[in-house]
Amino acid sequence: MITPRSWLPTPLLSILLLIVWLLLVRSLSLGHILLGATLGVAIPLLTRRFWDDQPMVRKPWLLLRFMFRVLIDIIIANLLVSWIIINPWRRSRPAFIEYPLTLEHSFPITLLANTISLTPGTVSANLRMDGRTLLIHALDVDDEKALVEEIRERYEQPLKEIYEC
Amino acid sequence: MNIPTWLDALIAAMLLIGAIVATLGSLGLARMPDFYMRLHGPTKASTLGVGCTMLGSLLYFSTSGEGIRVQEVLITVFLFVTAPVSAHVMAWAALHRRVHCSANTRHPPWPEMDRAPVTEHAASSAPAGDKESAD
Repeated sequence: MITPRSWLPTPLLSILLLIVWLLLVRSLSLGHILLGATLGVAIPLLTRRFWDDQPMVRKPWLLLRFMFRVLIDIIIANLLVSWIIINPWRRSRPAFIEYPLTLEHSFPITLLANTISLTPGTVSANLRMDGRTLLIHALDVDDEKALVEEIRERYEQPLKEIYEC
Repeated sequence: MNIPTWLDALIAAMLLIGAIVATLGSLGLARMPDFYMRLHGPTKASTLGVGCTMLGSLLYFSTSGEGIRVQEVLITVFLFVTAPVSAHVMAWAALHRRVHCSANTRHPPWPEMDRAPVTEHAASSAPAGDKESAD
């Protein structure tokens, strides 16, 4: 087992921060590379205590497919919610739904909760203390069982494959 | 600074769609009957609204001769990461304070939430006699 170096606990995050910094300032001068590198080392060190240890991404290409699917779902979500907003004769049927989680790690659960908040008519409202149930508020839902099944099939299964195998 | 017409039209369409979607989101924020339903407007419509506006801006500045611009993409990414988190935290805070949800909400987390929120408008517009007989 490789122990992470104490001054560079998360090399990938540091590189990502450096790239984001260079993109933000739109410059490749030495000064900005140095400043970006300093930030890339300093920020992970300062925020390390807030991070859980993250599970490895096992299948990055599945993650790309998942992101693409979520992007399309966001567009559909917008159309649906817009329709509910502008149609004055439509009585929406809101509901709170308990969603039993099968994911284990907190990072995939966070991703799932964020995905749910971004997609059709649902906002994740609360994670129960035991970390096994997600409380979801849905704007307009017919059949709670069907919604739970849909979330499990469309989002939770892919995330499970990506992170936990 | 030589933008072909079709690209011009595309940029205009993107900006227009972004503006319409953002307006709808704000309308939802104003019109929805309870707090939890109001959360849906901004988190959905604003992400796509801002996304479309950013895409229009990205296309415009990338083709107007200053090289490819990527700040817009970064802004969109940051927004997509932070918008659901703020919605989640607001919903959580509302649950914690037991903000009422509208009466037709199914499965409210606590039984005492299962009643119509008494707004000042409803209270003042109800006839006085009716109110007393209801008590």
